[in-house]
Amino acid sequence: MRVLGIETSCDETGVAVYDSEQGLLLGHALHSQIDIHAQYGGVVPELASRDHVRKLIPLIKNLLHENLIKQSEIKGVAYTAGPGLIGALLVGAAVGRSLAWTWQVPAIGVHHMEGHLLAAMLEKPAPRFPFLALLVSGGHTQLVEVMARGKYTVLGESVDDAAGEAFDKTAKLLGLGYPGGPAIARLAERGNPDVFHFPRPMTQRPGLDFSFSGLKTSVLTTWRAQVQNEQTRADIARAFEIAVIETLAIKCRRAIQQTGLKRLVVAGGVGANQRLRTRLREVADKMGAVVYYPRPIFCTDNGAMIAYAGSLQLMAGQSEPLGFSAYPRWSMNELK
Amino acid sequence: MKLLAFDASSPACSCALHLDGEITERYEIAPRQHAALILPMADELLTEAGLKPIELDGIAFGRGPGSFTGLRIASGVAQGIAFAADIPVAPISSLATLAQAAYIENGAKKVFAAIDARMSEVYWGMYIIDKQGIMRCEGEESVSAPHHISLPNVEDWYGVGSAWTIYADILATKCGLSQEDESYPQARAMIPLALAAFAEGQIVSAENALPVYLRNKVV
Repeated sequence: MRVLGIETSCDETGVAVYDSEQGLLLGHALHSQIDIHAQYGGVVPELASRDHVRKLIPLIKNLLHENLIKQSEIKGVAYTAGPGLIGALLVGAAVGRSLAWTWQVPAIGVHHMEGHLLAAMLEKPAPRFPFLALLVSGGHTQLVEVMARGKYTVLGESVDDAAGEAFDKTAKLLGLGYPGGPAIARLAERGNPDVFHFPRPMTQRPGLDFSFSGLKTSVLTTWRAQVQNEQTRADIARAFEIAVIETLAIKCRRAIQQTGLKRLVVAGGVGANQRLRTRLREVADKMGAVVYYPRPIFCTDNGAMIAYAGSLQLMAGQSEPLGFSAYPRWSMNELK
Repeated sequence: MKLLAFDASSPACSCALHLDGEITERYEIAPRQHAALILPMADELLTEAGLKPIELDGIAFGRGPGSFTGLRIASGVAQGIAFAADIPVAPISSLATLAQAAYIENGAKKVFAAIDARMSEVYWGMYIIDKQGIMRCEGEESVSAPHHISLPNVEDWYGVGSAWTIYADILATKCGLSQEDESYPQARAMIPLALAAFAEGQIVSAENALPVYLRNKVV
């Protein structure tokens, strides 16, 4: 079954076609809105929606054309139904549901985080179920136990800022560009890891929840108390990055111990951070576990993960009625 | 011509099918329910007519002005159907639709249509009926504070639209007569406008079936 996937939950328009018989991604395309939002230091929801409605059909048109896929070959449509920005989600849902209606094929609304969870399945080797997943992005920080498709238990999550959000906010107060993750990672290259030390929030008490909002306050206090030069900025960026990575590493180690699972999947935009990847691999090696990552372009938002996750649901006979919906807040524990 | 028209720019959601001169319609006042209603309405109309979506010749959608989210729902649906069926789209003004309905229902020939734009402003435009019975916009559609609007020859104009429920006192000084009930754009009234647009080539391909917001300063 060839499934068209559409992702429009935030500031990336992503499309892809996945062929479930061949187990093959036939093509994918992405349009990033970073330039539109950069001047505001964060995503402006109305501008995001306006851009999705301009870019989605041209992106699908090119995707089909460049990969020599005929419209008549598409047997299902999957779109991100939530969580995310309501206006942005509705664009993908409206276009996706209408394409499916016109082609007279089934459609399915996919949970964005389920897409991220399963993105590593597009890689070789793909992780086998069950596995533990760390989802780290601008909107989410979660540890999830994945028993099978649709069987997810959130073991822990951020009680305030997501890890990616902490990167963005810290970058902003250090006067760096948007998005903050790559900006901090670049600057941290030149930073001395031993000059500053920031707390590893919520690692002293039991549990798998995260909290990152205090960390940016520590960064701000430190930055204000220093002579503000390039080296200090780099040193702080390095210490901040280490604090986030170590916090994530400590919780992953704890989750592996707690669940006994030997496979760890890391996904979400922050999962593209190379030092995080290296550190989690060290942690996993010591515990006899294996870490799986999607390729960096599938760590951030993309249509491929939606096409894949949607194909599994469509193959299982699930589909959406003609009336479409978007869910800005949607817990993964509710999935079936 | 087999033409499907729909509008989601207001608290109402409506869909109309034009099939060789006959019009069938679904209309419901259902705020924030457009996503749930629009395709089921379209599907019912097509099923009753024994048509498949792929057999349509064209699409008309309410391109605005109006609720931003509603405009994008209609635009997204229009794009999806038009791309999949490989047919053209006529983007239809929601203000012109109100004016056309005032002509159909009340014989109004000069219409001042105004839609509540929130933030103490209204979307508005002036429309005059042509010889073929099609409402044409005089000047440009715009967004402004109601007391800033000035119309030539006040008594000539017939006022319609959701702005009237909120700014009746101010708007009453701008024209002679007005509709008494609050009115929303109806897909049925889009059909003559859309047929004229198709006849005149005022049509676009799927990817250019875009909303017209009028308010473009949103940050």
